[in-house]
Amino acid sequence: MFNQARHIRDKYIRDEMWPSIFCTGCGIGNVLNYTLRAVDGVGLDIDRCVFCSGIGCSSRLPGYIEADGLHTTHGRAIAFATGVKLAEPDLHVVVFTGDGDMAGIGGNHFIHAARRNVDLTVICVNNYNYGMTGGQVSPTTPERGLTTTSPYGNVEQPFDLCRLAIGAGAPFVARWTVGYPYETIEAIAAALRKPGFAFVELLMPCPTGYGKENRLGDSEAVWRWYKEHTISRRDLLQLSPEDRAASRKIVVGTLWDVDRPEYTRRWAELVQGL
Amino acid sequence: MTAGFDYEKISGILGPREQFTQGDVACAYGALLGGCTFFAGYPITPATEIAEALSRLLPRVGGICTQMEDEIASISAVIGASWTGRRAMTATSGPGFSLMQENIGYACMSETPCVIIDVQRSGPSTGQPTEPAQGDMLQARWGTHGDHEIIALAPASVQECVDLTRKAFNLAEEYRTPVLVMTDGEVGHMREKIVLPAADEVEIRRRSGPSTPPGAFVPFQATRGKIPEMAGFGTGFHTYVTGLTHDERGLPATSSANAHTRLVRRLCEKIADATPALTDVEQDLQEGAEAGLISYGISARSAAGAVKRLRRDGLKISHLRLVTVFPFPEAVVQAFAAPLARIIVPELNLGQICHVVREAVDGAARIERVAKIGGEIITPLEIVRAVREGGEPVRAAS
Repeated sequence: MFNQARHIRDKYIRDEMWPSIFCTGCGIGNVLNYTLRAVDGVGLDIDRCVFCSGIGCSSRLPGYIEADGLHTTHGRAIAFATGVKLAEPDLHVVVFTGDGDMAGIGGNHFIHAARRNVDLTVICVNNYNYGMTGGQVSPTTPERGLTTTSPYGNVEQPFDLCRLAIGAGAPFVARWTVGYPYETIEAIAAALRKPGFAFVELLMPCPTGYGKENRLGDSEAVWRWYKEHTISRRDLLQLSPEDRAASRKIVVGTLWDVDRPEYTRRWAELVQGL
Repeated sequence: MTAGFDYEKISGILGPREQFTQGDVACAYGALLGGCTFFAGYPITPATEIAEALSRLLPRVGGICTQMEDEIASISAVIGASWTGRRAMTATSGPGFSLMQENIGYACMSETPCVIIDVQRSGPSTGQPTEPAQGDMLQARWGTHGDHEIIALAPASVQECVDLTRKAFNLAEEYRTPVLVMTDGEVGHMREKIVLPAADEVEIRRRSGPSTPPGAFVPFQATRGKIPEMAGFGTGFHTYVTGLTHDERGLPATSSANAHTRLVRRLCEKIADATPALTDVEQDLQEGAEAGLISYGISARSAAGAVKRLRRDGLKISHLRLVTVFPFPEAVVQAFAAPLARIIVPELNLGQICHVVREAVDGAARIERVAKIGGEIITPLEIVRAVREGGEPVRAAS
């Protein structure tokens, strides 16, 4: 395990960027770790990978990877990534984004890329708030959740990002929390292998933002909160129908995996012989 | 990609070298002949015909043409495509141009070559979608936030839609910067004869690639003058591209006053210092003239007509047409102004470039304007009248 960690660090990490900007107890570093292990496991050529992102804590991730990176403007990572992929379909294009970046300001690009089924792997780090700017209400903040701009509680219904992705046409959709390392690595690997728009939502604590505002406790307690409030799809299916209906837990696992023709392949077929 | 620029194939698809066509379509022709292989756009009057023409043409030359969900996505996709090595473009009009401003700044900051055509229409807001205007000229210069320089060209004819769009691609690649082609609804929709360039008239200048191997290569270190070499994605150079203030390695240096100053000054100077090379003007000077016209774009056509009429009537007048509007050819304008008492600037707006002229001339001549909005072009007679009777004064830009 130690050797594998060193292998991942030596092979993929951009040393000059260390230490990271992430707060104690934040899970974004884990997302980086899991993603790189998945990239390694799938055997992608790192020279042919492009890591795109927008603005926010999670969008800093491409900077830590010794690879091509495109750190773009707020909300636009998926649109930039679409340009990269359409222009050079042989590249592996991965997007790191967050709930505010992707579902707030960038919501339109998200649903349209899913609809087009462009071959991208989109990893959305959902921490229920705008962390980089100090913990404001986001499109995924739970109802009644406290943030610096919802000090009396959030009155809005949050997006279920996975249902949104499925509704928009994404052929692969998975959700985990960063407290499940092996499952998350496996989900990201499956997303990387999927020829099409593959979406992975990773629920993740923000101890200095949402966690503190909502008194979820210290880092360890926040991480535990995520485990206690989620149930895997497999475990849910084993519950009695009554218990399943009564469950208020967030379902994690691979939630959708279907085959749909991918955009760049359809384009290549369409224009062949013109 | 552009390595495979094939004049014979492109000219075969474009058809006869002499054609009677529309300015927007001519922009599409110019794009192909400029080596463009990627277009992303969003429908908007009066620029839509560019997207329509390119959606027919680009797939036939191995290019990609896609309609995105909005103008922000369009410019985003163009920037992404450019980093794979393609010559990439979008086209829009005022409302879309407004939406693109943030990412135009990103292209400046990340030194991404790309071309944006703005077929200007009457604003502000939705304004008069089908009517021409030149109301985006200072937005072209200052639309995105922060200090920056921009290259902006202004075609006055359908022929120049071909020529300046071609040129825009070379400038974008050479200077690693967004280049704006500021046309308008009149030039975009009018039809004129064009002559497409012959094979030996087409020059494809490319961005310089890395001259040192991965590891030794410093991606944002200026090598040719103030312009860095560009290592595209997928080539093993592991380039990190960010809109944050970055050092020569491309890595964030947001708290460093030095890094920010060095970067932003270099980005500005790489264009400002090249003003003599970038200057493209037409001068029609008359010995002894006390009045002169400075024009650009469609209004230059009317200005040329006014000059003819005034001279026929025995009045002496000089004319300077800006083909490159930005970087502003300050030295040329100052020399033009030196013998003159008055300069009249006709524009399809309430006064934009006249302010830049006034700043350059700095009191050496009085600046007047022929300012027209509402959707009709300025007539030569309106300019004649302004020369004879005096144009509107230019108030301080406040």
